[in-house]
Amino acid sequence: MIMDARRVAEDAARTSYGRLVALLASRDRDLAAAEDALSDAFVAALKSWPETGVPTNPKGWLMTAARNRMSNLYRHDRMRAGLADDLERHFAASMQDIGAFPDERLKLLFVCAHPAIDSAIRTPLMMQTVLGLDAARIASAFLTSPATMGQRLVRAKAKIRDAAIRFEVPDADVMPERLTFVLDAIYAAFGQAWDAVPGGDSGAVDLTAEAIFLGRLLVSLLPGSAEAKGLLALMLYCEARRGARRSADGAFVPLDEQDPALWSRDLIIEAEALLTEASAAATLGRYQTEAAIQSVHVQRPFFGETNYAALRSLYALLVRQHPGLGAWLGYSGVLLKLGEVGEALAILDDMPTERVAAYQPYWVLRAHVMRALSQLREARHAADRAIGLTEDEAVRGYLLSKLMPLVKPEATG
Amino acid sequence: MQYMLILNETAEDFAKQVGGEGTEEYWGGWHAYIGAMMGAGIVVNGDGLEPPHTATTVRIRDGKRLVQDGPFADSKEQLAGYFVIEVPDLDTALEWAARSPAAATGSVEVRPVMPPPQAA
Repeated sequence: MIMDARRVAEDAARTSYGRLVALLASRDRDLAAAEDALSDAFVAALKSWPETGVPTNPKGWLMTAARNRMSNLYRHDRMRAGLADDLERHFAASMQDIGAFPDERLKLLFVCAHPAIDSAIRTPLMMQTVLGLDAARIASAFLTSPATMGQRLVRAKAKIRDAAIRFEVPDADVMPERLTFVLDAIYAAFGQAWDAVPGGDSGAVDLTAEAIFLGRLLVSLLPGSAEAKGLLALMLYCEARRGARRSADGAFVPLDEQDPALWSRDLIIEAEALLTEASAAATLGRYQTEAAIQSVHVQRPFFGETNYAALRSLYALLVRQHPGLGAWLGYSGVLLKLGEVGEALAILDDMPTERVAAYQPYWVLRAHVMRALSQLREARHAADRAIGLTEDEAVRGYLLSKLMPLVKPEATG
Repeated sequence: MQYMLILNETAEDFAKQVGGEGTEEYWGGWHAYIGAMMGAGIVVNGDGLEPPHTATTVRIRDGKRLVQDGPFADSKEQLAGYFVIEVPDLDTALEWAARSPAAATGSVEVRPVMPPPQAA
């Protein structure tokens, strides 16, 4: 009975955390107070449910308790006396199922990724307020200390409350720009996990599942957004290949050498469907292009080889939409595969020196390009640099055993 | 909510205040902006300031009064004026800030005004 009450309470808190926080904070923009009230309600549930039994509507119970806690807080705070009545009205139907209340999580996502919030804290803020992750777990994913992460989260929430950032879904005229911030913040969580996980030796917490959850949430809350679908598709394509990124003995396996039998068929089918749906809207954006690139890669087993001509067109589009280092590097890599070595090198040479200095993928590609041009001294220099910049043990092993022999003098013979 | 729009302008902007090329456009821009804010009924108060070369900065250090010619910091943009506006939220304040002529050439810092201390 006691374990059962605990399980139900935990389940209710987990599955409705973001909805409850969003609802509690939507009036007053006070995320910290909403989180505190919810955690008090959770503690009260753990105390009373084992004695009185699990209520028929656990989520409604949690929300009523959190609501009461917030109202009490405000009653003690004269300056905000008016808000207590407001909250009472807002929660008039308190014991109803949470489904009867508006889902304010979309507003919460836009608040977390507001341009007035430091871009580096937008992703952690979403992880905490929408998913209920604690600061220590988020800190571990972002390779920083729990104390630092905690402080930065507190500061961001104080800014939302004190500067009174608007708690609403943006108007159509600013929507595309504002949505980009939300998409980027979700993708940052995924990218963080994706880069950190390979060897598993960084010890970082993997937020891939959380990022995909947010991606699904965004698609369900904004069904008309093609880019939201593009982002979710992109993440699912990558996730589908998770099992193929390492060999049985833990060695790194690059994408074009992966065994497609190890890819998740279900995730690929879901991603393909999302991308098709997105394309119907005819508003092609960066995430759809990136998803389309992944789609070309997963079609390799059907054609026996990767369609580099298609990739070339997609990367040419991507560098116009989102001219980041990764996009240019991908473009250059595809040109190399197509034998357009001079063009591939021209792109590498055009990339800003200070930004590529510590960018490992750049030096790997440069080694291959220089080798294709038979400039082995340059190729070796780039390979050395790439290996020096590689943190992941499995990737370093791969480069030492596969790249180095290619750039040794005897490789020309 | 009350917000202060802290308007910072460049040396070129300040030069335009006193005549010469671009003066008319400069003042025309400000008059239109101030007119729009007045029309919206959001202005609590506000002032333009004389240029930075008229500024004098005072500090007390070790009990001694230090008076110095010039503004507190030597930077590319200098404080040119301010408005305190009454609007519902930061997003509305940012929209007004973005419309000011200072945003196009200098910058506008937007800060909530501290509420008066609560009566006991």
